[in-house]
Amino acid sequence: MPAEVRDISKRLFGLAAEFDSPEAILEAAKHVRVQGYRHVEAYTPIPIDGLSEILGFRRTWIPAIVLCCAAIGAGGGFFMEWFANVVHLPWNIGGRPMNSWPAFIPITFEMGILFAGVSATIAMLALNKLPQPYHPMFRLDSFTEASRNRFFLCIESDDPLFDLEKTRQALETVHPLAISEVPR
Amino acid sequence: MTTLSRGVELTDDPDRVIAPGETFASVTDQIAGVVQRPVTWLFMSAFGLAFTGVMMLLIAVSYLILKGVGIWGIDIPVAWGFAITNFVWWIGIGHAGTFISAMLLLMRQDWRTSINRFAEAMTLFAVACAGLFPLLHLGRIKYFYWLIPYPNTMGLWPQFRSALVWDVFAVSTYGLISLLFWYVGLIPDLASLRDRAKTRFGWMSFGILSLGWRGASRHWTRYQTAYLLLAGLAAPLVVSVHSVVGMDFSEGIVPGWHSTIFPPYFVAGAIFSGFAMVLTLAIPLRALFRMQNLITLRHIDNCCKLMLVNGLLVAYGYGSEIYTSFYSGSVYESFMTINRFIGPYAVGFWTLIFCNVLAPQILWFGSIRRNVIVVFALSIVINIGMWMERFIIIVTSLHRDYLPSSWGMYHPTIWDWATFIGTIGLFFTLFFLFARLLPVIAMAESREMVHETDGGVHPPRKMEPMHAR
Repeated sequence: MPAEVRDISKRLFGLAAEFDSPEAILEAAKHVRVQGYRHVEAYTPIPIDGLSEILGFRRTWIPAIVLCCAAIGAGGGFFMEWFANVVHLPWNIGGRPMNSWPAFIPITFEMGILFAGVSATIAMLALNKLPQPYHPMFRLDSFTEASRNRFFLCIESDDPLFDLEKTRQALETVHPLAISEVPR
Repeated sequence: MTTLSRGVELTDDPDRVIAPGETFASVTDQIAGVVQRPVTWLFMSAFGLAFTGVMMLLIAVSYLILKGVGIWGIDIPVAWGFAITNFVWWIGIGHAGTFISAMLLLMRQDWRTSINRFAEAMTLFAVACAGLFPLLHLGRIKYFYWLIPYPNTMGLWPQFRSALVWDVFAVSTYGLISLLFWYVGLIPDLASLRDRAKTRFGWMSFGILSLGWRGASRHWTRYQTAYLLLAGLAAPLVVSVHSVVGMDFSEGIVPGWHSTIFPPYFVAGAIFSGFAMVLTLAIPLRALFRMQNLITLRHIDNCCKLMLVNGLLVAYGYGSEIYTSFYSGSVYESFMTINRFIGPYAVGFWTLIFCNVLAPQILWFGSIRRNVIVVFALSIVINIGMWMERFIIIVTSLHRDYLPSSWGMYHPTIWDWATFIGTIGLFFTLFFLFARLLPVIAMAESREMVHETDGGVHPPRKMEPMHAR
């Protein structure tokens, strides 16, 4: 990496283009991806179908994590009941067999749901690296509109193709409302 | 036809889930505007009234801890009085919130968007009120943690074959999952409030609560996956929690309780009373905050239809209970039913039949479903009826024991009433705080709705679930 480029990536987080509709940002995202940019992220007030896939998002592990945690929760729940009421404190209730498993199902089910729900939340936050109170995008004054009605597309300065002039030109071809430099 | 401040005309078009002419900015500004508006005297007086209820609850609970459950009207044979009635009533009210946010999301009912957030909040506050009662009812409240299985020096464990222990798990899981579902849904909206904050304190608090959400596309994708999974996990809770509450009763060999109809009939009753409470809250809310363009008559209409369906299921439950008690050939069962008809609590029984079976039949008429004043009045009637239903199930089943020598009566004391009315105060206090401090309508989902309806001009293009892929 030439010294000049390193300096820019130290000083700048990236170049951000601003749009006013989901359709416009989808077009822009396709355009910059076709040009070969890889470190691109979009910031939008609503989720837009297919946008993250265009920007190179492959797959999320959340469903797999949640499935594992649900199994651990349900299995652990049943084990707890079996250990408590069969092994550690056997107590004959109404002449039922000691391991009267149908009576253990409601708590097994609840424990499965509990673990799955908590893990879905934690996995989503952890994979998104949240909580993250500071992010360079927050330095942009207009970024407060990203949670209202503005759509931002940011080409990050650590992208191998990033060049202040050429990247700006690439963004200009998709007719954004504004292009701004995002300081670090 | 009403005209809003922006000059947008509201139509009575039944298919409209959002008023025409809305934009991403207009819905965000309107919903967030409520949070940033100065407090009015009307709000302060309503809040003050509710808060008086909280003070009453604190006094009633303190006296209860001091003296024990003897201050209530409970006795043998009626050992479950107001406390369990209120518990079942409150937990039932919570169910509509989860039904709206989870079941309707999975069933791709796009109209849920405007009402899901406050319905979820209603669920949380109702569960908080419900959760108090089993604890207060314990008698020795300081030993509440014995309900939780933990290794202890006494070598004791909870009896996991008991429905009462299932309840501990069902209700606490329900409370926690509802909280997570609500909070995850709130994160993008908290970010909107952070970005609009006018004071440093507001900016800091919403900044911390929003966890630094910035709407990155990869974040949204994971977020939608997690939200859909949470909905899928919360949906079976709608059915399971009140089923377990129903089993608290049906596991006991008490005439009037020992019936397999209880779990499904309790679930229907829960959703029935929950929708009544949603309407009780939504109708004043949309008028007070001028949100008729977001909570449209279609929402009221749909809630009424769901309430009618569940009301009919509840009526079927009553019919089945009465039929089975005579068909069983058990003298105790048939006596219990006749005692409900003409016994000392007959007034309560006929009240509940009027409130839950007869009164909701007016909802067959579309003109009534669109008359907010009638619907509001009916929702109060149903709330009362469903409380009375739980009271009748508990008290009439218990007060005539098998042996006439063990018969008794239940007379609620002033402390029973103070605790009950106190929790209503607690519920409304929490709800008023929520309505002031957080957006009552999901902003991000409303923006999605604007996107999908092209600004309310067309009906939704496709029945895509909000927040779901």
